[in-house]
Amino acid sequence: MNFKHRDIISIKDFSKEEIEYILDYARRMIPYAKAEKHTTLLKEQILATLFFEPSTRTRLSFESAMHRLGGSVIGFADPSGTSQKKGESLADTIRMADSYSDAIVIRHPQEGAARLAAEFAEVPILNAGDGAGQHPTQCLLDLFTILTEKKKIKGNNVVLLGDLKYGRTVHSLAYALSLFQANLTFVSPESLKMPKEVIHECKEFGVEPVSTSNLEKAIKEADVLYATRIQRERFPDAEEYNRVVGSYKVDNALLQQAKQDLIVMHPLPRFVEIEPEVDKTKHAVYFTQAFNGLPVRMALLSLILGSKKL
Amino acid sequence: MKELKVTPIKDGTVIDHITPGRALKVLHILKIPESTVSVVSILMNVNGKNGKKDIVKIENRELDPKELNKIALIAPKATINIIRDYEVVKKHTVELPEEVIGLTKCSNPTCISNAREPVESRFHVICKDPVRIRCYFCEREPEDIAAGIV
Repeated sequence: MNFKHRDIISIKDFSKEEIEYILDYARRMIPYAKAEKHTTLLKEQILATLFFEPSTRTRLSFESAMHRLGGSVIGFADPSGTSQKKGESLADTIRMADSYSDAIVIRHPQEGAARLAAEFAEVPILNAGDGAGQHPTQCLLDLFTILTEKKKIKGNNVVLLGDLKYGRTVHSLAYALSLFQANLTFVSPESLKMPKEVIHECKEFGVEPVSTSNLEKAIKEADVLYATRIQRERFPDAEEYNRVVGSYKVDNALLQQAKQDLIVMHPLPRFVEIEPEVDKTKHAVYFTQAFNGLPVRMALLSLILGSKKL
Repeated sequence: MKELKVTPIKDGTVIDHITPGRALKVLHILKIPESTVSVVSILMNVNGKNGKKDIVKIENRELDPKELNKIALIAPKATINIIRDYEVVKKHTVELPEEVIGLTKCSNPTCISNAREPVESRFHVICKDPVRIRCYFCEREPEDIAAGIV
């Protein structure tokens, strides 16, 4: 399978076999991610990280991944110091970064920004989140986490909880979990329900998602609970946000009703969705999930830029 | 007695079986009347064999059927009839292309294709009947395609 110079824009660009290949490669990256082994695979290669929106985990793990592979990183974490402030188009910013680097990671508030970037760049583009659109590397690390924790993806009862309307991670994840034939339950406030087109996509894979607002009922049969933050920044008005924030809370009382081996995931940052008391339970895997971003992004960078395999 | 609302044309193009209510949008896509001095007749909500339809008649001008495929986006069942001396000499059913470029705007206001960037809107046709298109950039499906026609 050849990923050389390939753009990573949307999980929908990948077949199930390609995703399995990436996840398998990510598993082999773990000792390098933990610095138990060392490599200079991407020596003298430069990764540009263009973050037009705030990020902690995604940016740091991409940068760490590049450094762990022996490469170096240029870029910005805040567009206020760049020519975008002077009205430069994204296309022009990309043309410039293209000439300075071997691959570009981009996060941008507008949907489709990474796809546009790929039109103007010769080097591969990695989408680190485009508005409420796609976040394929998050999706891959989520799949990797389910696979490593539950040993398989198929057949697991996965509950997606929270902001299913604006949350980009849950859209990609619902698609990918359907591709892998997991069973899906969507739990959200009425105003933040999963968009029809996402449900339609799940059905195209033969998966029939259940939509409900009753978390207590959904948790009983769940193997994976994927909670998300209700994102203030995606709401058109503050009133709508205030109506729904804090609608759901995952705490130890709720988890009493869950299966013993339920895993609780969250793309982080969390706000009030998961009580800190859950951190100490065996259910909590969200910090492992955050670590998994590193081997997964190392795998992607190696496959796209590497001249040989590790 | 059958009432004849618009007389047959001698020479020109008749676009038949247009989705009812869409005739003006069809003309907009074809840049008519800006691109022609011909007489154009429009019939809306006419009763046909399969329910209501719109019809457009353009006199003394033969439109290129390929050009007319663009209207398939909003009138997927339309047929194009080329008329010479009152006879239909060519009949063509519109066919939606695989990709629709620059014809309709993305309905998502935060799609990058609606920003000040040097790109045209671009959609993949994911279903021809009923017509469903997906934005190449933001991957959303506009619900009302006709509303986005530029």
